[in-house]
Amino acid sequence: MKTMLRVSLLAAVFVAAGTEPAWAHGLAGKRFFPATLVVDDPFVADELSLPTVFHSKLPGTGDTLPRKETDVSGELAKRLTPDLGLSLGGTWKAIDPAGGKSVTGFDNLELSLKYQFFKSEAHETVLSVGVGWDVGGTGGKKVDAESFDTVTPSVFFGKGFGDLPDGLELLRPLALTGAFGWAVPSRVRNQKISSTADGDVEVEREFNPTLFTWGFSLQYGLQYLQSVVRDVGLPRPFNRMIPLVEVALQTPVDGPRARYTTGTVNPGIIWAGRYFQIGVEAVVPVNADAGKNVGVRAQLHFYLDDLFPETLGRPLFGN
Amino acid sequence: MLRGRAALLLLLVALLVGAAGVGAHAFLDRAEPRVGSTVRTAPADVKLWFTERLEPAFSRVEVVNEAGQRVDRADGAVDPLNPALLRASLVPLSPGLYTVIWRVVSVDTHVTEGDFVFRLAP
Repeated sequence: MKTMLRVSLLAAVFVAAGTEPAWAHGLAGKRFFPATLVVDDPFVADELSLPTVFHSKLPGTGDTLPRKETDVSGELAKRLTPDLGLSLGGTWKAIDPAGGKSVTGFDNLELSLKYQFFKSEAHETVLSVGVGWDVGGTGGKKVDAESFDTVTPSVFFGKGFGDLPDGLELLRPLALTGAFGWAVPSRVRNQKISSTADGDVEVEREFNPTLFTWGFSLQYGLQYLQSVVRDVGLPRPFNRMIPLVEVALQTPVDGPRARYTTGTVNPGIIWAGRYFQIGVEAVVPVNADAGKNVGVRAQLHFYLDDLFPETLGRPLFGN
Repeated sequence: MLRGRAALLLLLVALLVGAAGVGAHAFLDRAEPRVGSTVRTAPADVKLWFTERLEPAFSRVEVVNEAGQRVDRADGAVDPLNPALLRASLVPLSPGLYTVIWRVVSVDTHVTEGDFVFRLAP
């Protein structure tokens, strides 16, 4: 009787939803896309990244000293509808400049809205568009949080290679995700007025460039290998690991540094469990402008749709 | 102050982990015949073990040959003694390539699907 009631309730839920039961985080057909640590994901989901910890020695720029930096950040992503998601993120920074005084504080809040407009189960493909908003003035000046807004419209994609022909079957666990954005500051120049020791007034103007932000991740799903392509006998925990490399780049499109690309290559590994995933990556600068020291980034990431399938883990509307 | 934040973070993590136990996406853990394997004896059935308990009413499996014809006896079902095991019996198979196609709903209503092949050697 209890089973009958449960089945009836499930059927009623599915019918009322008008579509299918829940799919949720990062699934397209047989493909599971993990949440990547650097490049924004192509899908919308109910997720919590907490914490993401980053540490590196960073080079000095025109007006900043070389420094050690540690960031601890969190991001909550919530589906408003099955295809529309909102996220809110924040970062606490500890900066230790060479020969200077250490400072700590929060960076600006980050809000983003993402709409997943295409999904092909057969071709393991996901496409989304979104807009990010770095909310100027919400962070601390001590840690160089910008006083102006930056709005970044972006497109995102995810593609699994499960449809490769038979001769290439060992490449089927590969997947590629990526994001392309156009980061537009609300203020083109910052003006800083100061007085010199002999009483003169000095005006410094700092240019805030528009940035083309681009990045991708190349992943090899060992679970996909085991459960779709060939069971090679991988034991736990290796059978749920996803080795990957993420490349995150940015290129100013105007100003004195126009067309100088900087960024990082981030090789690492993600272990995806039932309710959460853990990821660790090295942070390798792509050129001298991006630095010369290798940093590290680690993340604990919760699947809210699995933890709270009846409450927090469901879209607010439409499912 | 920092210690207070760390404690808050730990509490939040504990709450999240403590919420676990409801169920999650059911992924294929292992199968018999094994995914992508070549077997020398015709199997009498296929067995698929999942990482989560399944909803019997919404979970199914079928096996087809290279011509796309079904070779299972259409009795695919969740094992009554093991709710994470989906099985189906097979008609006597001749050598060739077979595809196992599954689609399941875990007890928390999440859907997953997949397929894999095995070969019966001559």
